[in-house]
Order: sequence, then C-alpha cells, then structure tokens
Amino acid sequence: MEDHKSAIDYNDKVISIKGLKKSFGDYHVLRGIDLDLYKKENLVVLGRSGTGKSVLIKIISGLLKADEGTVDVLGTDVTSITPRDLMELRRRIGFSFQNSALYDSMTVRKNLEFPLVRNQKNLRRKEIDEMVERVLEAVGLKQTINQMPSELSGGQRKRIGIARTLILRPEIMLYDEPTAGLDPITSMEINNLINRVQERFNTSSIIITHDLTCAKATGDRVAMLLDGQFQRQGTFDEVFASDDERVKQFYDYNFIN
Amino acid sequence: MDTQNSTSEPEAKSGPTLFSRIRDFFIDVFDVFSFIGRFFKEAFAPPYELRELIKQTWEVGVRSLLLITVTGFIVGLIFTKQSRPSLVQFGATSWIPSLVSIAIMRALAPLVTALISAGRVGSSIGAEIGSMRVTEQIDAMEVSGTHPFKYLVCVRTLATTISLPILAIYNGLVAMLGGYLNVAVNEGTSFSTYIQQFFQPLSFIDFEASIIKSIVFGFTIGIVGSYKGWNSSSGTAGVGKAANSAVVTAMFLVFIEEVIIVQMTGWFR
Repeated sequence: MEDHKSAIDYNDKVISIKGLKKSFGDYHVLRGIDLDLYKKENLVVLGRSGTGKSVLIKIISGLLKADEGTVDVLGTDVTSITPRDLMELRRRIGFSFQNSALYDSMTVRKNLEFPLVRNQKNLRRKEIDEMVERVLEAVGLKQTINQMPSELSGGQRKRIGIARTLILRPEIMLYDEPTAGLDPITSMEINNLINRVQERFNTSSIIITHDLTCAKATGDRVAMLLDGQFQRQGTFDEVFASDDERVKQFYDYNFIN
Repeated sequence: MDTQNSTSEPEAKSGPTLFSRIRDFFIDVFDVFSFIGRFFKEAFAPPYELRELIKQTWEVGVRSLLLITVTGFIVGLIFTKQSRPSLVQFGATSWIPSLVSIAIMRALAPLVTALISAGRVGSSIGAEIGSMRVTEQIDAMEVSGTHPFKYLVCVRTLATTISLPILAIYNGLVAMLGGYLNVAVNEGTSFSTYIQQFFQPLSFIDFEASIIKSIVFGFTIGIVGSYKGWNSSSGTAGVGKAANSAVVTAMFLVFIEEVIIVQMTGWFR
C-alpha cells in the first residue's frame, strides 16, 4: 500500500466535486459535498446504509442528476453535460454494481463482449476474443467463459462484473459495495483484485462500502459520510482516531460484532 | 434508498387527495407520451440494432406460433360450426365460406392474434425489461456507453410491430383451414371451390385495414410491455406487477383501437 501511495499523482485530480446536493422528496441525502479523487488513488467512501454513498457514484456516472453543485469528471462537469458527451465520458468510467448486474440472458463471453462491440465497431473477431480472454485472466476466471451468470457463485459474479468494466480500459473505477454479501475469504479476494486492478490498469477508484476490512485493505484514503456530509477524511487510522461517537460506533460495530 | 417513494407525510396519512390523483394521472399521461416520443426519436436514428431486431422479430413470431396455429384453427372450425345451423334454415350453407372470410379476415384474425400476443409476448417483454431494471442491468448498459432504450425498447417494439401483421395473416389462413374442415365434412365442398368462395367477398381494403390494424396492435403491445417494464420498481414484486399490467393495459387498448379502426375503415368502404 505504501509503494502504491507514492504512485498517486496529487497534482492531477480526475474527479473534483464541489457543493454537491441531492434530495429525494423531503429527504436530503447529500447536503453539500466536496471531494477530490487523484490519479491512481483508491478512495474509500464509508457510511451506513441509506447515507447516499451509492447516490454519490450514480451522480458521478450520470445515472442520477445533482440538485446543486458541480461534479467535474476527467475535465468535464457532468451536471451540465450533453447526452452525447456523457456517453463518451462513460466509456472512460467503469462501474461495478453491488449485485454485479450481469446480463442474465448472455453467457460470460457475451457479457464481456457487449460493451466492446457496441463501443468499438471496427474490431475483428480475433481481437475481441483476445480482449475477452485478457480481462478474464486478469480476474482469474478464464474457465467460466461459456457459463451463464446463474451458474456462477456470488464472488465469481462480482469478478466478472469487474472484468466487464475493465474491457473498455477505464481511467476511473467506481465500486458499489464490492464485498457486500460475500464471505470473509471471498471478500479478501475481491479486495486483492481491486488493488491488482489499480496496479495493472492504472485506474483511480472510488470504493463505496460499509465493510471496514475492505476499506482498510483497499483505501489509500478514507472519507466518512455522515448526515449527508463528509465528516472525516484521511488515512484509515486518521479517520478512526476521531472522538466522534458516530465514527467510534461504526468502528466498534464492524470489528466487535 | 427508495427513490420512488416521494409521497409527503400528510398525504400518506390521509390517503391521496382528489387533486393529487388528478395530478398523478396527468403526470402518467405525460410520461407515456414522452416514452412514445423517445421511441420515435431513437428508433430510426443510427446506430441501428439490425441483428437484435431480426433475433427479436424471430423470437416474437416463433414464441407465438403454436398458440396462433391452434387458436386460429379452432376459431375457424367453431365459427363455421356455430353459424351453420342458422344458414341451414335459409338454405344458405353455400354462404359459409364468405361469412367465415369476412368475419376472420376483417376482425377475428387481427384481434385474436393481438390478444394472444398481448398475453404471450407483452407479458414477457414487461417481465424481461422489468427484471433488468430492478437488477440494475439497464443501468449497467447505460454506464458502459450503450443505448439501453434503443437496444431493449425500440428493438422489441419494432419486433412486435413487424411480427403482428405476419402472424395475423397466418392466423387468418389457419382459421380458413379450420373452417374448411367443417365445410368439407358437412357440405362436401372441394378445397378449390372453398378457397374461391372464401376470397370472393374480400376487397383490397379488407386486407389493408387488417394489416394496418395489426401494425397498430403490434406497436401497442410492444410499447406498453416496454413502458411497464422500463418503469417497474419495488423488486421482484414490481416485475410481476409490470408483466401483469402490460397484459391488461395492452388488451384494453387493443379493444379500443379495434373500435376506432373499424369505424375509420367504414368511411372508406
């Protein structure tokens, strides 16, 4: 992790969020968020369920619209972007969903080919096969190439979901609860995969989680989302050195219970 | 995060007021027209999903073929059987082929095909797109730089719009054979005579109206199934609701469209 930290380019912000607000009806989820993500950095966003962590990355990827504020992603403000530009931008962002969101009706191969053949029209069959095999090898699941998503375990589905985003060689990876619903050993495999992806593909990542083991294993920096705002930011140890009862409670429940 | 539930506290306690119901109704109507408008905007603009369109059109056709064959044959057989006793009283059994052809080609074939497809295909589109919505597969398509609306909604709606007229014509022809079985057994009429009498009373406008009707029905079934699936929520229960609602709404609209088109074709006859 220390070696990796030295690779982070603190002069190059790939995401810069200022004054971000988002409400659903009367419920104010995000109440003026400021956040920067640096090149080659793994940033973990921690918080309880329903605190707006997933909303944050859905706004970054343009799936949800912000009510107020600016969200600068790779030099483009997604709050005022045209649909065509958003489509272009999304090709540079990978999004790993909480439930993997694999296409049920397609094999693993077709799942991986889907974004590729739709975004790079001039690829030959041989090139597509090579790219599919390369990402499957990166996530260690070459043998599943002809299987259907329903035949895979939870951990395998997560890894194929990550492989599907990697096939377009994104510059930013957004992970939504990557270890949710997995046993501790599979969770650790996913944590290692997140770090390997960062090293091999030079991505900058935001990892949304409430799993402190995942936060500690993957995060160069941790940001704690409480009451719609980031209350603490820093390394894992810095964040949990806080006297704030809510932060302490979060730590205790994760490691004691 | 429940983004769908935006009901305010006082409203939730006292139930929806008349004003909120009227407001919600107009919001729904606006949503439906926006959805249809988006279909026309995206369906005919590049990039085209030709391969997927052929696959879906084939599936819609094949998926309904057995039911269309069985129901078509039975409709022809029963219709002939039921109308025969009345015609026997007037000694007009030779009119049976003409009667069957007018009833089937003008009304029954498109309507029966549409109702079967609404149940078979409409529900399947609603459930498929609905389950993709609640499992975030549509979001996954969107973030990978593809057009899920075009790939899912436009393709399926075009597939039903193309398939329905073909299936309706097929249904009509199978019903004709069902009718022939009864006529051949009771009257001993030859097949060539039956065919000649079957097509004699039909004019070009009858075929034209049936095909136009089937195109409208096909579009309705596809767009309603897609709309219900696209807007489904609340997990797996929402998927079931979307599939069910797709069938009920499509059938209701098909009957209304039938009445309107019959009225309109009457002006040109």
